[in-house]
Amino acid sequence: MIAGILLWSVTIAQLMLVAAMACNAYRLMRGPRAQDRVLCLDAMYVGAMLLVLTVGIRTGTSVYFEAALIIAVLGFVSSIALAKFLMRGEVIE
Amino acid sequence: MTHAADLPAWAALLTAFLLLVGAGLTLLGAIGTLRFASFFERVHAPTLGTSWGTGAIVLASIVCFSALGSRLVVHEILIGVFITITTPVTLMLLARAALYRDRTEGEGNVPPSSQLRHPVANIGTDDGGDGNATPSPSDADKS
Repeated sequence: MIAGILLWSVTIAQLMLVAAMACNAYRLMRGPRAQDRVLCLDAMYVGAMLLVLTVGIRTGTSVYFEAALIIAVLGFVSSIALAKFLMRGEVIE
Repeated sequence: MTHAADLPAWAALLTAFLLLVGAGLTLLGAIGTLRFASFFERVHAPTLGTSWGTGAIVLASIVCFSALGSRLVVHEILIGVFITITTPVTLMLLARAALYRDRTEGEGNVPPSSQLRHPVANIGTDDGGDGNATPSPSDADKS
């Protein structure tokens, strides 16, 4: 019964994270300007990272931790690069 | 989900609660990006997911794997620390870029740049702005 509670809560959490990423994707497509799209891309990176973490809790293996860490690092670097591009017009000056 | 039977009850319930809290906060932040009107309101919304959304799910992972391995597993803290450090950097850089774009294109009602902070730069822009300043009275005269 306890295992059932954990299974259901992991499933509900994954559905909520997918819904959050869907909201972000809608704003990504609709966003009036480029900065809205970059903001939602960053939020989608965080959502994907949390989704990978919940998959790790679901399967009980710690392999997914490294994947989540890599997604977090790549999200940071890409968001910084895109913000820099919006500011200056080029990434590396 | 075969490992869930191995978890003690308190760990499973705590993991379930923290997972629901974290995912719910992330969903609230994502709904906020849909409902806020301007970009500078919208830039606040995803921080719900990056502060306690990430924190709660990382805590859930720590509780789950610590109870499974019967030892303290804290390497998930790395993700929490990394997200906590990098999110303000990203969002402040993005908000500055958006402010710069809005000022140069004259869109939105953003405040003008501070006249006091860069006096030398403002003298430079005033000299360059003479070409911009002179047509406007002539346009007013024409009309």
